[in-house]
Amino acid sequence: MIDILQLLVYGLVLGSVLTMGAIGVSMIFGILRFAHFAHGDFMTLGAYLGLAFISAFGLSAWWALPAAMVGMAVVAVFIDQVLYRRIRRTQPVILLIASFGMALILRSLVQLIWGSDNQTYTSGIQFPWQLDWLGGLRLKPDHLWIMLISLGLVASVHLFLTRTRLGKAMRAMSDNMDLALISGIPAERVIVVTWVIGGALAAAAGVFLGIDTRLHPMMGWTTLLPVFAAAILGGIGRPYGAIAGGMIIGVSMEMSTLLIPAAYKPAVAFAIMVGMLILRPQGIFKGTV
Amino acid sequence: MMELTNIASYLTSFLTFAGVYAVLALGLNMQWGFTGQFNIGIAGFFAVGAYTSAILTTPSSPAYLGGFGMPFLVGLLGAIIASTVLGLIVGLITARLRTDYLAIASIGIAEMVRLFVKNEDWLTNGVRGIAGIDRPLAGTVLDSGFAYLVIVALFVAGVYFLVERAYASPWGRVLRAIRENEPATAAAGKSIAGFRLQAFVLGSAIMGLGGGLYAHFFGFLSPEAFMPLYGTFLVWVMLIAGGSGNNRGAILGAIVVWGVWSGTDLLTGLLPSEHATQAAALRVLLIGVLLQVILVLRPEGILPEKPPKLIARKR
Repeated sequence: MIDILQLLVYGLVLGSVLTMGAIGVSMIFGILRFAHFAHGDFMTLGAYLGLAFISAFGLSAWWALPAAMVGMAVVAVFIDQVLYRRIRRTQPVILLIASFGMALILRSLVQLIWGSDNQTYTSGIQFPWQLDWLGGLRLKPDHLWIMLISLGLVASVHLFLTRTRLGKAMRAMSDNMDLALISGIPAERVIVVTWVIGGALAAAAGVFLGIDTRLHPMMGWTTLLPVFAAAILGGIGRPYGAIAGGMIIGVSMEMSTLLIPAAYKPAVAFAIMVGMLILRPQGIFKGTV
Repeated sequence: MMELTNIASYLTSFLTFAGVYAVLALGLNMQWGFTGQFNIGIAGFFAVGAYTSAILTTPSSPAYLGGFGMPFLVGLLGAIIASTVLGLIVGLITARLRTDYLAIASIGIAEMVRLFVKNEDWLTNGVRGIAGIDRPLAGTVLDSGFAYLVIVALFVAGVYFLVERAYASPWGRVLRAIRENEPATAAAGKSIAGFRLQAFVLGSAIMGLGGGLYAHFFGFLSPEAFMPLYGTFLVWVMLIAGGSGNNRGAILGAIVVWGVWSGTDLLTGLLPSEHATQAAALRVLLIGVLLQVILVLRPEGILPEKPPKLIARKR
């Protein structure tokens, strides 16, 4: 029993990371109509930007988080303006190829600057709290913080989407592009904001992953498949679905270690995704097919 | 004299590699160039083909399933069948959906194949890999690197002939129609999902053949020897640079981009050896930038697609 609870905690932590990535993937798909394959490497670069701030200013990982988010938002908008904007007029699928190439460019940049070895934000082991009233469940402070900050970020995205004009414009564009453009929504501004949010959340996912495990140039790419699975499960183009999808995928991946070898964790995400594509490709919350 | 033999053997190996990549690029052209299907799991189909052929043709070993000691052509046939089955599974799941879903599913399949190959020792010998995959004609006087190059070239020519015929046929016309205007093609009474599935499976089979040819050329397979992602990525750059939709472009792109890729290897080889990992990253960076430059400046590639002339009906 305690094993299952423990795995549930790990699953929720992983789910928080996946949610941060999946919201961005889902929003970009909703607005720009293409699956952004560089998102995993956005996460990687975000995590390494955090590392740079930590080593440059001696910040703790938690203070590097906002810095990495701002940095990655700038990088995302820059990439969009320099590359994606130029090919946006052609078919969306050309953007898909470009983003696939961008993924490799970013990863090789990370390798060039920071090397290919594993790195960590802080050395040493953090001692978990032992929660006796929950049957001796062990909870690391880091894990609690990851979940709380994710919750806060999700709430801010929610408030932005429902309470601000730009957020509403964004939802309108995602729902019906033609109608939104006819009614005079500033498309370019909405696209820039999409990249700001997507980039910042990807950096958050990367930093969380770095705090929870370690930094490696492949960390984002290997997380990309579960992130896509989460976005599809929730209904691609639906930011709220991404939250549900992220949590379901994260918890299932961790729970699966009770039954199958841990090496096959990504296979669980993949299996759920394939099942979803067969049974209900529009996702739990009806997304764009 | 020594120099000359070195250059000749380098050139043979270079062209054989380019030939294997040309087969993969032709397979991708069937999927992407003709039909507009986005497969970035090329490495998965490639690996399935390579391992199938290796298991079928190597002498029997206690470490993994097989080998069965079958002849070369049986190995290739097995490679084609195995990747056809894999393509059928992926195609059946995604043929009804937007191509973005195929992209995501294909990357998943490639990852699953890699995990499977790495972890299932009984079948593939895991990370230790399969060694001793012979070239065809091994043990005879005809066995040489050059002879294998000729064999690969024959296969490239054969595949080129087949896909070129397919392109000009009414079947290929439907594929292009689906790529250009899906609703109109559906309105003309064509089964979109059916044609997509056929093109995808055929392309996957060709990729499996490429995998088989690679296995017998390189002689050793392991999950790491593939560099799966770079393999997939290179094939994409080859097709886009050569001209997607154009079969000659696919072959030309394979030779040119493989040349660029090998050239960057020679260049970064000049760096001191302690920078080896940086050099590898720099090569990928250069190829990635090359792709973006082509996409922005010349998306149609070196040899743009030229649809066959319409034959006017005699009145």
